[in-house]
Order: sequence, then structure tokens, then C-alpha cells
Amino acid sequence: MKEERIIIIGNGVAGITTARHLRKRSNCRITVISSESKHFFSRTALMYIYMGHMKYEHTKPYSDDFWEKNRIELLQARVDEIQPNEKQLKLADGETLSYDKLVIATGSKTATYGWKGLELEGVQGLYSLHDLQQMEINTKGIQNAVVVGGGLIGVEMAEMLHSRGIHVKFLVREDRFWGSVLPKEEGELIGNHLISEGIELRYQTELDEIIGEGKVQTIKTKSGETINCDFVGICTGVKPNVDFLRNSALEIDKGILVDEYLQTNLPDIYAAGDCAQLRNARKGRKAIEAVWYVGKMMGEVLGATLAGSPTKYNPGHWFNSAKFFQIEYQTYGEVPANLSSGQASLYWQASQKEKALRVVYESESRKLIGIHAFGIRLSHPQCDSWLKTGIQMSELINELPKANFDPEFYENPFPEVQQTFSRQLKEPQL
Amino acid sequence: MKVNSSIAIANGPPVSMNTLQKIGAAMGTFGLLIVLISATSFDFPNPALWLTIALTAMAGGIVIYSKGLYDHKSAGIQNDGVWLKSSSNRGLIAWMSGIALTVFYILLYFYPQTLGLREGDNVGIISLFDPLSKLLSGNPASQWFIYGALYTLCIAFFGVKFFWKYRHNRYQKLRTISVVFFQTAFAFLIPEFMSRLNSESFALPYYDLKNIWPLNYYNFYGYRVDEFISAGSIGTALLIFGILSILVITPILTYFYGKRWYCSWVCGCGGLAETAGDPYRHLSDKSLFAWKVERWVIHLVLVFVVLMTSAVIYSFLHDDPSKYWLGPDAFLMGMVGILILVFGLVWFFRRDELKKDVKIAAPAALIVILGLVGIHYLFDQRLFLFDPYKLREWYGFLIGAVFSGVIGVGFYPLLGSRVWCRFGCPMAAILGMQQRFFSRFRITTNGGQCISCGNCSTYCEMGIDVKAYAQKGQNIVRSSCVGCGICSAVCPRGVLKLENKEDTGASRYDSNPITFGNGEVKLNP
Repeated sequence: MKEERIIIIGNGVAGITTARHLRKRSNCRITVISSESKHFFSRTALMYIYMGHMKYEHTKPYSDDFWEKNRIELLQARVDEIQPNEKQLKLADGETLSYDKLVIATGSKTATYGWKGLELEGVQGLYSLHDLQQMEINTKGIQNAVVVGGGLIGVEMAEMLHSRGIHVKFLVREDRFWGSVLPKEEGELIGNHLISEGIELRYQTELDEIIGEGKVQTIKTKSGETINCDFVGICTGVKPNVDFLRNSALEIDKGILVDEYLQTNLPDIYAAGDCAQLRNARKGRKAIEAVWYVGKMMGEVLGATLAGSPTKYNPGHWFNSAKFFQIEYQTYGEVPANLSSGQASLYWQASQKEKALRVVYESESRKLIGIHAFGIRLSHPQCDSWLKTGIQMSELINELPKANFDPEFYENPFPEVQQTFSRQLKEPQL
Repeated sequence: MKVNSSIAIANGPPVSMNTLQKIGAAMGTFGLLIVLISATSFDFPNPALWLTIALTAMAGGIVIYSKGLYDHKSAGIQNDGVWLKSSSNRGLIAWMSGIALTVFYILLYFYPQTLGLREGDNVGIISLFDPLSKLLSGNPASQWFIYGALYTLCIAFFGVKFFWKYRHNRYQKLRTISVVFFQTAFAFLIPEFMSRLNSESFALPYYDLKNIWPLNYYNFYGYRVDEFISAGSIGTALLIFGILSILVITPILTYFYGKRWYCSWVCGCGGLAETAGDPYRHLSDKSLFAWKVERWVIHLVLVFVVLMTSAVIYSFLHDDPSKYWLGPDAFLMGMVGILILVFGLVWFFRRDELKKDVKIAAPAALIVILGLVGIHYLFDQRLFLFDPYKLREWYGFLIGAVFSGVIGVGFYPLLGSRVWCRFGCPMAAILGMQQRFFSRFRITTNGGQCISCGNCSTYCEMGIDVKAYAQKGQNIVRSSCVGCGICSAVCPRGVLKLENKEDTGASRYDSNPITFGNGEVKLNP
């Protein structure tokens, strides 16, 4: 019998995790195609290469001999189109490849919003390795940069530029940093931290137009202000990288639509990671969650499914993490930017240090629904188990120190947090 | 657009020094220059004054340079530009510093007369240090005194630099205070003061109390044992302390805290690596090949030091049995007994943890040692076939001087700061076995939070590929880990934590290849 061949387009965390977990369970032929790089690297680490903390080779999660040992073929090529009826792919160089099953894990690309001047030299997003190389060229010897978009990539780009002594004006649409995700106090905490680091933060400022001749010279904001700069970082989010599939028979909305087995509308074609859009997202979760962990988990699920044990994508409680300059952030469960009705929260912030902790709960039942922390490390297993059991606030306050994951000898903020939370819990709820 | 797969992105701007850094560098160089000038046998009119100026300039230079480097930056991880600088990315500056250090070590170990060591009055660098030595111990300086003084100065003042760099991290700060204290007090001052107590009738050997056999491979040489014994009850107590250190104190502390209690909190070699060597920690080789070499080399050095020490002790016990209450055969049987006991314990309790090559190499080493002892008794050959004093000489030259000094420190800027600790130190080998098999210590990973960024592996001075464990949600239980805590410090997502709590539920060796929280997936459904 002919060996089954599985082709995976995309060598990011979703594609590679699929390949690895498939290999753990199956002897089929696995080919991973990527136009971006030969080897899998950690996309989240791109900033550290620019800042000189690491070299590209350090960001590879597996050593170069891993792939041959695990019989995972790597092909550096661009896929031009998929031909589902013939079960084959057409590559940019004209070659065709046949598959038995296909996984699309092409990730994201920078989302832009039709501004004028996007084509100018010195204007770019930050998603791919190519973007990083471009940034190295675009920022050579420059003094002033504008970063548009107050989210995770924006703050990373600001930190990168800042590390090279480039002055950064950071345009944020909301009245606080990452206002679509962080509650007011936390957004302000991070905003103030960025300002103290030397970032020029402009709240409620939106990009209107980028101006220059060949190269960017200035930008205009929606309020009509002009800002001179040599570089514009577009960090207004990402969108699924699926344009090359738009003309195919695949059903695509923002991303490739998939069911709970991550299967597309076409037989033997699956999608995972940033480019996949769930037809039925779980309550409280988004249809597209473009983060590392989701790509990794989808890959684990899909690896099992492809190997013949159909497995539903059914992630546990949401978690995520980030680092804003020097402040680490971890979140578990649901901590919305604005509380919905029926939700209440307790909040503690250190008076001298940049540390904060918030828990969100159902006001009626007083059960935990989310917790996040800034400048304090929280244990993932501990928080997850509290979310699973729906721990009561009064009990949570007692148990809270169990979640401390800070290094040894660190100042213990928990007694103060517990006191504050107990007091807040007794106050009449707003 | 075509994308080159082997991108060479490390071409950022040259990193320039600010004014404070320049002043610091100039001061330090000036201090060093005084020492170098003295090497030309130039006689300084007032050595005490010039030595004070030189040492103050070097110490002050380091402190001012550190202030310039870190003070204007907010507290946190300071790794910007590490791979972009010539000095920390094996550039020209790194090669030059490496060569200079290596030359210094070669002169120190093999040509101390070039540093000015003389039978009568010293000249050159050594005479420059005479006033300090006389102040402390009453004796003129030797090359080892200079080495000790400069070594201590480096740990103390590069310790200040390290302290500044990690001022947000209390684990790092406490650890640094600890190594500076142990170096200054135990390694430098106390032995000097002890030798002040010596007289015609009473002489203790020069003894750094925290320097434990087999790192202190000469501790049980005949002349030292004789000195210990002749110094009466204090000497005998010190001798017993030396034996208890390795057989009792070490296993107990390592059980509770891991080998870090020694390697990154107490040890002088570790102290230098953590302070002066810190800018080079990322240069350690992370490849699987390097790990293999490490496992073989460090354990062969351990076998070598056990054989050499046993041969030397056996020989002096044998040559003059009336002097010692311990007979040579009893000693040898004791050694054999301990080896068999250790081997048996590991095999019985931890055989599932042993890798294939260990299952072959460890019994082979034991059989060879037992075989050599057998040959000695059955065929009346010399113990271990070689002249014990030749073994001792070779060990002193190859391991004591070339490996730990010339390569271990001389190559800091090229191979990283822990080459000796990782590949050569027999003490680290013993502590490593204890840590790997019989300790509570491990680095735990925080659920599914790892993003495989690689910072932890990059900054591991021992060359451990930390992320290989972290991304699998697996504890890091590695014999080489010295518990410096930098992986935990540089992790941007709060994933790694050094722990010595008792295991709850899962064993410290367990792993789970599925991301934490991804409930539905089973590896073996």
C-alpha cells in the first residue's frame, strides 16, 4: 500500500505542532512547506533578535537535526494554489505536489486599514522574518519612529526601536493602552510605565495618512496633526493569511472556516492556528484567536485527528501572557476590558511598584471567572483549577498565595492583596 | 520577495559608551597599567601607596563603569545588544581578552618568576603586592597571593556590577552577596589570618574551608595530612571537617537545595563565573554534542581524581604505617566500599533514570577500579599501575592548572564562563549526581505558558537547552544545573521557577507532552 502523505502548509507553531503530534502516532509521510524560512522558529521571539538578546538560530525550538530524525520533510517554497479535486498543490515554481490530507496553517499577516502611503519605504508591520529583516534595513541610522496601534505587537515594536535609541511616538486609538482588552487601571498602569521608559504615548490618536516621496517623511493624524518621522510601524492587528485561497472552493470568512475537528468544508483539508476561524466558537471565546498557545493546542488536536483518532478542539480556560517593557502580564479565564452586567471585580495595585492583580467574578454566585496579574507571576495550573471548580471569592482570597509563582525571595505581595480584596468584597458592589 | 533562510540579522549599530562608562574604563585601565608597569621590574618608590592606587582605580573603575551601564536604565533584564557587541559575541575584543587572560594564567602557573617571584626579595608585580600580604599574613607575597587578591577583587567588584544589573531580582542579589562573602572571608582573608597564627611549633596548612575535596584535590595529600595532625586538636578537627564536608554535609545540603547551594552561592570558581564571567554566560555551547562531551569528560575527571587521591593516600599510609592510625588496606577497602555503596544506591533507586551510555560506562568504570585494586593484591603490582606521585603531578598539571585555570577562565570570552564547572569540575560531578538522583531541587514550568522563545536556553551558562523541557511542560532536572536562576529571570512569560518543595503528587521526573489546559487530547487514547 502506498504510504499516506500529509502536507502541511506553514511551519509556524500550529503547523509544526501538528507534524510533531502526527509523527508521535503515525508513520505516514509528512511534508511541511513554508516560504518564510526553512526551519521553525518562535515568532514571539522576533523582537529579541532585533534587540540583540538572541540570534535567529537561538529562536528555533528544535535543533536542525530534529527534522530528519523525526522524518519530517521541510520544503521551502511558496504555494500558489490548492486543487482539492486533484488533491494537489501548485507551487510558485510550477511544480505540483499530491497529498492525501492537507493542513493549512499559514498564520496571519499585518492588518491595514486603507491608509494612503502604505507603500512608502519605511512603512511596515511586524509579523514575519522578512518583516524583521526589513525593519533592520528601514531603521538603520534613523532618529524618529511612529508606531500605530496600542496592542501587543505595537508595544513590542516600541521596545525594539527604543533599545536602538530611536525615539518612539506611539499612537493609541483608545484612552488607554490596549483599551480593547485591559480595564482602565491596568491600561493606565502600562501606559505610565511606557512613558517612564521614554516612549511618547499619544492616546486617542489615529493615523490618517502617511506622506513622503518614495520614503516616509511625515504622518497626519485624524485630528490633523502632522508628525515627522523616518519609520512607521503598523501594529493595528493581524488578519488570517488566506488571500491566496480566496478563489478556491474553501469556505472562507475572515479565516478558513473549520468545524470542531478543525476540518474545512472540503474533505481531507484541515486548517489550524491563526488562519482558522471556528464556525462555532465556545461561549466567551473568539472564532479566531491569533495567539501562540491556540496554534499549539490546535496542532496537538489535529495531530491526533490526522493519525486516526478524531479529536475535538476543546481548549480549557483561556490563558495568555505578555511582557510590556519590564512588566510581565499573565491572564487566566475571562477578564474583560469593561465588566458586563452580572460581573464584579476586585483590584489591587501596589502603591510604589508596578504590580497589580485583578479577579473578576459573578456578582450573584461570587464564583471566579477570571484573574490576571502584572508584575507578579501566577501559577497556571493553580488558576486553572480555581476556574474549573468556580471557586468562591472568600475562599479564593484565602487561597490566593498558592498561586504565587514569583522567584524565591521575592517580596510577597499576597498579604496586602488579600487585605485589599477582603475589604473590597465587604464594600457594597457598584 | 525572496527570503534568505540563513539570515544574519546581528548587524545592529555599534554600541557606544557613555561618559561614565568611559571614565570607568579609563580608571580601570589605569589601575591595570600600574600593575603591568610593575611587571617590567620598575621599582615604585612607595609600593604600598601605588598598590593602593592601583587596586582602588580598578575597583572604582568597575563600579563607575557599571553605574554608567545600568543606572539610567529601568530595573529589569539588561540584555540589549549582547549579540551585537564585539566583546560579548566572540569579536576581536573577545579574542584579545581571551588571549590576555590565557597568557596571564600560563605565567601564573608555569612561569611565576616572570611575575617577579624570587627566593629572596620579590621583584616586579609580586613585590608590588608585598605590602598587602605582609599586612594580612605577615609574609611576603607569592604568585598565589596576587592571584587570590585579584580574584577576590574581581568577584567583589564585578559582583557590584552584577548586583546593579539584576537589582530587580532578590534571588540574584542574595546569591551575589553570598559568593562575594565566601570569597572574601573564606577564600581570602581567613586563610591569611590563619597563617598569621602559625609559629615554629604550630602550623596549619593554608585552608580555604569552603574548598571541598575533590575540587580541592590536594586536601588529603601526605604533607597536608601531616600538617593537620601536627597542629593538634584544631588541625585534626579541620581534617575531619574536610572529610565530613564531602561525605556528609554536601549530600545533605544538596538533597534540600540542589547543587546550587555550593556552585552558585559558595564556590569561588562559580563566584568568578557569576560575576566577572556573567557577560559571557550566553556563549556556552547548547548542542547535544556538547552535552555528550560534558557527560564523558566530567565523569572521567572524577574517576581520575578518585584514583589519584586514593593512590596518593594509600601510598603515604603504606610507606609510614606507624604514623597513622588508619592502615592502607583499611583505607582502600573503605574507598571500595563507598564506591560500591554509591553505585548500588543509584542503580537500585534510579536505574530507570539512567541513559543507555551511563548503564554501560558506570559499571565499566566500577569494574576497572575494582579490577585495578584486585590486580594490586593478587599480582602484587603497584596500586593503579602508575606511580602515585606521577598521577598527582599529571592531575595537578592537566586538571588543576590547564583545565580549571588556563582553559576554564582564560577562555571565558570565547566558550562562556562555566567551561570548567561544566566539563571539568569533579566536585560538580559529585554534586550533579546527587542533584539528579537524590534531591528535591528542580526547575518547574508554569503550565502551558512557554512560548519557546529561547531566552532561557540562550542565557544558560551551563549549556542546558532549558526550553526543550519548558515547551513540553517538563521539570528541568539536570545534573549540571547550578541553580543560578537566570533562566527564570530572563523568561518573559513567567514560566520557570527554581523549587525545593517536596513533590506533591507527580514525580519530579514526570513529563506531559500535551499543552496544559488542552483537555481533550490524549497521547495514548
